[in-house]
Amino acid sequence: MDDTATRRAFLIGATSLAGGLITVLPVSDARATPETMQAAIKKVIASAPLRKGKVTLHLPPLVENGNSVAMDVAVESPMTADNHVRAIHVFNEKNPQPNVVSIRLGPPAGQAKIATRVRLADSQRIMAIAEMSDGTFWSDEVDVIVTIAACLEDPV
Amino acid sequence: MARALINVPPKAKKGEIITIKTLISHEMETGYRHDNVGKPIPRNIITQFVCTYNGLEVFRADLYPAIAANPFITFNTVATATGTFEFKWTGDNGFAQTETANITVE
Repeated sequence: MDDTATRRAFLIGATSLAGGLITVLPVSDARATPETMQAAIKKVIASAPLRKGKVTLHLPPLVENGNSVAMDVAVESPMTADNHVRAIHVFNEKNPQPNVVSIRLGPPAGQAKIATRVRLADSQRIMAIAEMSDGTFWSDEVDVIVTIAACLEDPV
Repeated sequence: MARALINVPPKAKKGEIITIKTLISHEMETGYRHDNVGKPIPRNIITQFVCTYNGLEVFRADLYPAIAANPFITFNTVATATGTFEFKWTGDNGFAQTETANITVE
């Protein structure tokens, strides 16, 4: 084995070692995942089927700053004593916690429509679920792209 | 005492659906951030908001750290009678604040 070969072998060895080191460093953020979101949803709906429709979740598709994102949820319902929206729950995939907000309302609301501002830690899918007075669950989901994330950054 | 802004229409017709907007100044510290020496900053958020209309609960929200600072919430209700709305925010570290607004229903 001549000098160059040894040097080449050493370099190859060194690069693969460095590569190995990079891959073993885990990203150990305590974050919600699509699975934890599903678990949080299961807690709310139990074994009831989740159907699409009736709910309109609105968020801007492209968010510049995840610290404050306008969100509104509207649910189609006559809001009468025997046919109304009992609750609206909003979930996310990638914030540290899967829950965003849980709202209880009833016939006095007149119209099931709410708005608030949320934090988004990453580009992700947001889901709104409405619980009706007849026990059915309806949902809507929106994909959002976030350029500046919230929640995990440290104060300057 | 946190500053709260509440927008309730002063007058409404009976049976009309009115929109109520509320905003309260609160940092809503998530509990997931660290200070400049790496120490975690403890969570400090508003966890619940309740609105009652002449004593009857019309709206309730459970808030999580995913709600932005200075929680802003809008919702609707049917104007049924002249009276008072009471808004109550409660949260971590014993945070509690109550505000009221009046409405005249014709």
